Amino acid sequence: MEDTEQATYRLETGQGAQATLTLKGRLDHDGTASLWRPCMRELRALRPKQLTVQVGQVEYCDGAGIALLMEIQRIQADSGGRAEIRDLRPQFRQLMALFEIDHQVLPPKPLGPLANAIHNIGRWAAGLFFDFTAQVSFIGEICVKLLKTLFHPASLRRSDTFLMAEKAGVNAVGITALLGFLIGLILAFQSAAAMQKFGAEIFVADLVAIALFRELGPLITALVLASRSGSAFAAELGTMKVNEEVDALVTMGLDPVQFLVLPRLIAAVCMLPLLTMFNLLFGLIGCGVVMTTWDVPISTYIERVSEAATLGDVVGGLAKTFVFGTLIAGIGCLRGLQTGTGPSAVGDSATRAVVSGIIAIVVADGIFAVVYYFLGI
Amino acid sequence: MADQPIVQVKDLAVGYGSTVILKDINFDVRAGEILTILGGSGSGKSTLLKHMIGLHRPLSGSIVIDGTDIVTAQGQQWLDVLRKIGVAYQSGALFGSMTILSNVALVLEEFTDLPREAIEVIAQMKLKAVGLQAAAYKMPSELSGGMRKRAAIARALALDPKILFLDEPSAGLDPITSAQLDELVLELSRSLGITFVIVTHELPSIFAVADRAIMVDRESKTIVADGRPKDLRDKSEHPMVRQFFNRRLEKVDA
Ligand SMILES: Nc1ncnc2c1ncn2[C@@H]1O[C@H](COP(=O)(O)OP(=O)(O)O)[C@@H](O)[C@H]1O
Ligand SMILES: [Mg+2]
Repeated sequence: MEDTEQATYRLETGQGAQATLTLKGRLDHDGTASLWRPCMRELRALRPKQLTVQVGQVEYCDGAGIALLMEIQRIQADSGGRAEIRDLRPQFRQLMALFEIDHQVLPPKPLGPLANAIHNIGRWAAGLFFDFTAQVSFIGEICVKLLKTLFHPASLRRSDTFLMAEKAGVNAVGITALLGFLIGLILAFQSAAAMQKFGAEIFVADLVAIALFRELGPLITALVLASRSGSAFAAELGTMKVNEEVDALVTMGLDPVQFLVLPRLIAAVCMLPLLTMFNLLFGLIGCGVVMTTWDVPISTYIERVSEAATLGDVVGGLAKTFVFGTLIAGIGCLRGLQTGTGPSAVGDSATRAVVSGIIAIVVADGIFAVVYYFLGI
Repeated sequence: MADQPIVQVKDLAVGYGSTVILKDINFDVRAGEILTILGGSGSGKSTLLKHMIGLHRPLSGSIVIDGTDIVTAQGQQWLDVLRKIGVAYQSGALFGSMTILSNVALVLEEFTDLPREAIEVIAQMKLKAVGLQAAAYKMPSELSGGMRKRAAIARALALDPKILFLDEPSAGLDPITSAQLDELVLELSRSLGITFVIVTHELPSIFAVADRAIMVDRESKTIVADGRPKDLRDKSEHPMVRQFFNRRLEKVDA
């Protein structure tokens, strides 16, 4: 059975526009690969009206060989000629019938690069619009259900909520505190460079306290929550979506928003202000450590801070975190529930949750800045 | 030549860790034969199949595929064996980030020198053979379960293997699609002389395609029956084998 005869071809022109293509040997993958390109090139150059393909001496032919014969037929059909395959052994003829491509059924090929780019821009723009409306209606839905839960607190899954609060809040204390400490430290050093020129190191406390309370504390903590928990929410809900668990909830009469989203949302909204307080505390400690190296007594530092930062600063900063928490959890869950199909879908959802979460935080923070400015807070 | 065994399984014991799932497994598969592996759920059919294609190391025994012991084969020898076999997994196992066509074309690109256009034609052909030509540029997630199974078979066919291993190809398919799949198996066996090792539960399928059936049992952890499906149905002494064939048969007849 093992025959080592090489696959060969010979293209001869007869009278008129006739030609004969003789194929010999083993038309397996390797054999076909060796003669595909030259054979096709010659055939395309010759463009015979009538081509006879003589395959009587082909002693083995698999899928690749059949592909060669079919491509020859197609080229002939395209150039307006005819092709006749002669003496194909019966077992290979059967194979050919099995594999015969029906060119009518061929699906349209994917678009070329330019058309594809235009197509994508259109889809992207439409997607942006639908995404925006989806977010608005989702936030509306959450608000309505949140109100309902307020009136019927028993409908909330309390154990889930506490579990989420632990994951999103308690487990994040370490990283938030560390970030706060370092930010306080860095801010102190940075502002010292300017303040020391005027011999006014003590005012570093004012600067750092106000920056932390009003802006940096809430912002940094929100970013931590978005990257730790926003992505986790999206991945959890996305996996449930892919496994049809979300569908199972719906058919059991359980509302996915009530069942999955609200516990996460409430946990995030409750935890973010607390985390922010940790962040602020450690930020002040970081700044204090720097101040003590300049021989500023601790008591003076604390006095300075409590004088510089008003209650309005603290409350104004913490008020933002409720909004940030809602945005992070809401977007994370929305992205999770929007998860498509396929192996990368969950990963994509997690990425999108973090990206849109961060954008939402920054935009909301900008709006707060403007509002606070006009309110004079 | 039809009588020469292409797969020889000798004194095989398979399992995970120290848990023995099956032991004392001995059987041959002759070239061109269509062999079905039967057994209840969890009896170790998939486990046996995965050992036969070398995915797991057996606890003991040997599996010789076309002259090469795959338990000990390494390097090029191992790759040569892999080129002779094609596998369609129970869940399809299509690569989700590629179109169906690219799934089929992948091994052709990696293991042959065929030009791009040739690979495309071959991949189209294989898809045609399983009736999926129109879905060539779809992603696996856009297909139904039955279509995914057929796409998996097309992918297994890509390199024209001598032996095709199918894990429950017709489970979850409607009777017509399932019958078409049987027809496909018979056609491939007839025209290409491909040897089939098929794990299946479907009685109509077994009677339609199988030259021989072996049955594994969870209790005795070994092969309890080996023979032509008709003989097993009519003549087997083993109560479980009769139950399998007859109880289900009554249902089918009803
Ligand atoms: N990866 C694995 N690790 C440990 N045990 C397994 C593993 N895969 C399957 N099993 C066990 O092996 C037994 C046989 O499983 P399987 O071969 O999938 O059965 P079948 O395909 O016949 O339904 C089952 O009891 C199953 O729990
Ligand atoms: Mg199985």
